Amino acid sequence: MAHFTKATSVHDWLNQRMGIDTVRRVMATEYWIPKNINFLWAMGMVLAITFALLLVSGLFLLMYYQPNVATAFDSVNYTIMQEVGYGWLWRHVHGVAASVVFLIIYIHMFTGIYYGSYKKGREMIWISGMLLFVAFSAEAFSGYMLPWGQMSYWAGMVITNLFSGGSLHADGLVEWIRGDYVPAQAFLNRFFMLHVLLIPLAILGLIGLHFGALRIPHVNNQDGEEIDFEAEAAKYKSGDKAGSKVIAFVNDFMSKDMMVVGFYLIFFFYLVFFHYDFAMDPVNFDPADGLKTPAHIYPEWYFLWSYEILRPFSTNVGLIAFAFAQVIFVFLPFLDRSPNTVPASRRGLFKFWFWAMLVDMIVLTAMGKVPPSGMFSTIGLYAALTFIGLWIALPFITKLEKKA
Amino acid sequence: MKDISRRGFMGKAFGAVAGVGAVASLYAMKRSWDPLPSVKAAGFTTLDMSEYKDNELVTEKWRGKPIFVLKQSADMVETAKKNPKDIDRLIKIGGSYYMVCVGLCTHLGCIPGYRPETKDFLCACHGGMYDATALVTKAPPPRGLDIPPFKIDGTKLVLGESSPEYEKMLANGITLKV
Repeated sequence: MAHFTKATSVHDWLNQRMGIDTVRRVMATEYWIPKNINFLWAMGMVLAITFALLLVSGLFLLMYYQPNVATAFDSVNYTIMQEVGYGWLWRHVHGVAASVVFLIIYIHMFTGIYYGSYKKGREMIWISGMLLFVAFSAEAFSGYMLPWGQMSYWAGMVITNLFSGGSLHADGLVEWIRGDYVPAQAFLNRFFMLHVLLIPLAILGLIGLHFGALRIPHVNNQDGEEIDFEAEAAKYKSGDKAGSKVIAFVNDFMSKDMMVVGFYLIFFFYLVFFHYDFAMDPVNFDPADGLKTPAHIYPEWYFLWSYEILRPFSTNVGLIAFAFAQVIFVFLPFLDRSPNTVPASRRGLFKFWFWAMLVDMIVLTAMGKVPPSGMFSTIGLYAALTFIGLWIALPFITKLEKKA
Repeated sequence: MKDISRRGFMGKAFGAVAGVGAVASLYAMKRSWDPLPSVKAAGFTTLDMSEYKDNELVTEKWRGKPIFVLKQSADMVETAKKNPKDIDRLIKIGGSYYMVCVGLCTHLGCIPGYRPETKDFLCACHGGMYDATALVTKAPPPRGLDIPPFKIDGTKLVLGESSPEYEKMLANGITLKV
């Protein structure tokens, strides 16, 4: 049995039993971050904070929300919005955070792509990150069902219909997912369960995996430089903080991280208080009606790019293109055949690939929002073909790349 | 060595028990997600076909889905007769022709809108179009609107129950089973 002595303080009492000093050292004060980074490296913490905002606001919404097709709409739009003290605050925080979290995820993703942070031992960070993106997408979709407005209902109808697999006509599968011929009580109840329990559990697990995957390869830096973390840490601990290429996660890095978080929170609450409407589709303020499609169905802005890849093609081709778009990002570490881990600007053709991909996704997003006719249909079609073409070209252009 | 093989056996025995349990629980979970018997049992709609007017779309409800009923005017029947694919989609009751189908776009399930002046359907979601018998005229929808199982009963039409007329439509590939 371990030997315990009379504790000299609460800290010592806990330390003897739980090793809290060791935990603190391993997780914080001796977890090393490169110095050569910029504000884009704070997006991980910004995401963690946004997730916390979603969790806390969600708890309060959960106390009054009713997952019943007859009462769901009023429990949100009347009870929470008008009766519950500060209910509007939780709803607007929840709605705005659900939208903004995707903006930050995209910035976080494209930062990783630009600096090559998915290569040379960092593949699992990328893959676990993309799994988190899938989990967040499912969380966003299931949450969008809950107010049971017109957009909830019809988005639920359209998205569950994707599972019929086009010409496969797996209507049984669609009805199984819904628990009914159309989205109804069984559907609302099960998506409520997914939204408040199963998917958040998966997200928490994946966040653990994402952080764990970061541990051995460490955080990337602005030059993709391979740092000997042990040697640099030793330099730092011996007092040569200026000469060392690394700093401690706590307090050094965290103080800068929280500075960015501070700016972010000002922007976030500006949106919550003055522009919450951008995250609230007016169509969803009509109660769900299975006999009336809204004139124009479109998803929230963060799904528009993949929706636009589905849209210009016939059903089967569209579904294949959509499935391609959904999974292709996961394979990025293996499709990039270049050994270079440097910023895109120093990588020859990949520089153009990066900006072409970013611009193409913005074009797809814009075209997904407008009605599918005339000029917009054509632009959407070419943007979708460009997206697929860029991914097919990636292995070839990175193979040609010279060693930097 | 003896210990290792004994542990190996215990491991396999546990694996077998856990495997059976896992398969059984997966089956139970699958069944719990199935539509309830009450949901499946509900679902016969009877329509009185004498009440509909020429070229006026009426939306009925069957199993939670919108059902389009469009009584064809004389000129619409003339147009439909030029194309066997069109005329075969119509249901003849008491000398009149009716288009009866599930009003959900076969692309992704939006409700197409009817335009009486041009006598066609336009789906606002992805721009698909159908003619007056709900045969597809512009992609992305892969096929015309689906026709629900029906049975002609005098001047009434029962949805949800099959009949020789409906079976014939299925056999000829005019509609898919709904």
